[in-house]
Amino acid sequence: MFLKLEPRGEASRAMSYLSPLLAGLLTLLSGGIFFVFLGHDPIDALRIFLVAPVEDLYGFAELCVKAAPIMLCAIGLAVAFKAQVWNIGAEGQLLIGGLAASAVALQLLEVESFWALPLVLLSGMLGGGLWGLLAAWLRNRFNANEILTTIMFNYIALYLLLYFVHGSFKDPDGYGFPASAIFADSSLLPILIEDTRMHIGILFALLAVVIIWVMLSRSFIGFQIKVLGLDSNAAKLAGFKHKRLVAVVMIISGALAGLAGAGEGAGPLEQLVPSISPGYGYAAIIVAFLGRLHPVGIFFASLLMALIYLGGELAQIELNLPLAVTSLFQGMLLFYLLACDVFINFKVKFNRPQISATLENS
Amino acid sequence: MNRQVSATLSGQLRLQLKGITKQYPGCLANDQVDLEIAAGEIHALLGENGAGKSTLMKMIYGVTKPDAGEIIWQGSRVEIKDPSMARKMGIGMVFQHFSLFETLTVTENIALALGDEAGDLQLLAKKISTVSKQYGMELNPDRHIHSLSVGERQRVEIVRCLVQDIKLLILDEPTSVLTPQEVETLFVTLRQLATDGCSILFISHKLKEVQALCHNATILRGGKVTGDCVPAEAGATKMAQLMVGVDTPISSNYPKATGTEVFLAVQDLTNSSEDPFGTSLKKVNFSVRRGEILGIAGVAGNGQEELLAALSGEHLLDSSDPVKFAGLGVGLLDPRKRRELGLGFVPEERLGRGAVPEMSLVENTLLTGFLQGLLNFGFINQPKTEQFSQRIIDDYKVKTPNNRTAAQSLSGGNLQKFIIGREILQNPQLLVAAHPTWGVDIGAATAIHKALIELRDKGAAILVVSEDIDELFLISDRLCAICDGEISPAKATLETSIEEVGRWMTGVFEPTESAVSEQLDAALNTRSIN
Repeated sequence: MFLKLEPRGEASRAMSYLSPLLAGLLTLLSGGIFFVFLGHDPIDALRIFLVAPVEDLYGFAELCVKAAPIMLCAIGLAVAFKAQVWNIGAEGQLLIGGLAASAVALQLLEVESFWALPLVLLSGMLGGGLWGLLAAWLRNRFNANEILTTIMFNYIALYLLLYFVHGSFKDPDGYGFPASAIFADSSLLPILIEDTRMHIGILFALLAVVIIWVMLSRSFIGFQIKVLGLDSNAAKLAGFKHKRLVAVVMIISGALAGLAGAGEGAGPLEQLVPSISPGYGYAAIIVAFLGRLHPVGIFFASLLMALIYLGGELAQIELNLPLAVTSLFQGMLLFYLLACDVFINFKVKFNRPQISATLENS
Repeated sequence: MNRQVSATLSGQLRLQLKGITKQYPGCLANDQVDLEIAAGEIHALLGENGAGKSTLMKMIYGVTKPDAGEIIWQGSRVEIKDPSMARKMGIGMVFQHFSLFETLTVTENIALALGDEAGDLQLLAKKISTVSKQYGMELNPDRHIHSLSVGERQRVEIVRCLVQDIKLLILDEPTSVLTPQEVETLFVTLRQLATDGCSILFISHKLKEVQALCHNATILRGGKVTGDCVPAEAGATKMAQLMVGVDTPISSNYPKATGTEVFLAVQDLTNSSEDPFGTSLKKVNFSVRRGEILGIAGVAGNGQEELLAALSGEHLLDSSDPVKFAGLGVGLLDPRKRRELGLGFVPEERLGRGAVPEMSLVENTLLTGFLQGLLNFGFINQPKTEQFSQRIIDDYKVKTPNNRTAAQSLSGGNLQKFIIGREILQNPQLLVAAHPTWGVDIGAATAIHKALIELRDKGAAILVVSEDIDELFLISDRLCAICDGEISPAKATLETSIEEVGRWMTGVFEPTESAVSEQLDAALNTRSIN
């Protein structure tokens, strides 16, 4: 018997929703096996990894803290991906957003104004948006592949951030640690639940999800973005402006990633540090695809991804596992998702060995 | 009459199909099809697009396998495993879309297709020239494919079949890419082949050609055989009705119009193609009046795509003057601005340019209809868009479950009716339609022709670019032809003939006045340099 992949006549709708669930299940299974080999009880380990982090209110608050930047980045990426603009640079856009927001916040250390926070957040969005626009411009002007340019911009962004954190942004009273001064209270995101770190960033993320949802499903610009992604020839014939749309989606996804970066600085960190993001921008790529580029899907996928981050931290503490467990789970999830997505357009067929056909001469 | 001759000469059937059935998901492509071809017979397989002709011939050529039924080859039952087995048995096939490598020579291409059987290349080249001469389709074996015309490329495909020991030659719509003169040459070759004992299965939906060439015809509709006949004796109407069914109206005659003032004026349009294998436009001049249909004939790849892109605005010109709408130069305006000035456009590819395959008909209505008040401050007016899409579906009798259906699940003819309806209901002042009925069944084609005539009578200027010369004669008021990026002068349809248009299609026409002056200028320039 041979397994054979046969193209389906039509993409399977059911499979396109089932695939993420199947991928999640396979990730759990492989994770369990992996824990067994490390000498842990798989059920217990998975419980610590996936359930224990959110067993109390504090855990829930932490989940929201982690989910907010992931959701912001992922929903922005979904807009770009819908247009078939492959922005891999959410991480860099997030870092530049954090850097720009910090630059403003550090000027406002003595200021106590309502306008301080909006200014900080807006400069984060502006920074991220312009960083994204740069890749769009390279693509429009020089036909430079945005996958490559955005990846390279991630590194440029990281080293720019390090340059400033070790240089002019370093807190003079910080005993030489590479970190900025703590931001003024007026520049910090208000806390939602007392005694936790849960801040209003999660509300921004939810708002962004709703706005993008409306934009993609109800607005003409959203329609144009979708047409561009599905059929660029039709977009051209209809007179939609290709280059302008590429710029728009890159600004949107860059600005949302920038907001995520600003929210990290003005949120749980309260300052600019070198490790402002544990790879949220990369995780958001997985989240966007896991959520089928749909706002509702991205909402749930962001929570799952946040949970994996928390679980990784807890596994480090309780099971003495390295933090790499987080990346491992992320990687498995993406791997299984891509594998399962094959079944959207293909079905498995069992092939019995064929009796070689012959010319039957009578 | 020929049939009797050849059948008695050979005394046996070459190929016999019995009860061939093929089921595809959601579509019974062939249903109990019987077919018999004698040695030396030219047999037509007639039917509309989607009637199951392609499926049937793919099974004969071993590309797919029947679910039920028997294939009997020269008296014995066979199971044709794959095309290479079919080739070994002596079956050759010329597909509608050629599979040739542009950068290789004729010999190299044929050697690739033959595989191990090719043998020594020089011997093969000799064989190619003898075989091609023998059948009156001369070919230079050392020429590269990209330097050959479409007609010559088809010869390469046919010769590829002939260098082997061939007993049955299958040709899929071979004339759709040829000029009328080339068709005649092809028919001479095919008749000679048949006289030499080769059977030919000629797949077509053009009745006139079948009548001119074939001894017998089998007619398919909806996967079933609806009749067999001798084309020379059966009337065209009878065969057409077997093809489309009795209730479908078959094309009628339309009165010709002369039009009023010029709406579209193309003057000295010269434009180099972006595509390295494309055709550049050279000093193109023509005009379309309000209330008339101008038809542009031509074999594919002679600059039609470039001309259409220059008219739609997909390819912007260097200056605004070469293309004018009602006196206003539009060469620098993008497609949207041209639509605002009254342009409607039906592209050649209906899926993937005229409509987004994955999107619903409602969304595809919005694709070009967004200027018709379907937007509110940048947001989509959903009820209005749905209404408009429903109007297209109702007015143009688009067969679809509802307006939420994805464009890709409509049949070609229905989608084309939808796209034409979408453009016409926007009341264009100028409608440019590329191959409006290509691959569309006769019923839908008639509906599309009527819609175009109606729009013309309302005073719109219409430009139709088509490869189907019969269609152009049917609906155009004036005709011209495009060849290698140049356009012939236009003549009233009633004052020209298929032969004349055929000559234009091969580039034989008086250059237009400006082209003459251009040549004069060039001559003067060279003289002054000297």
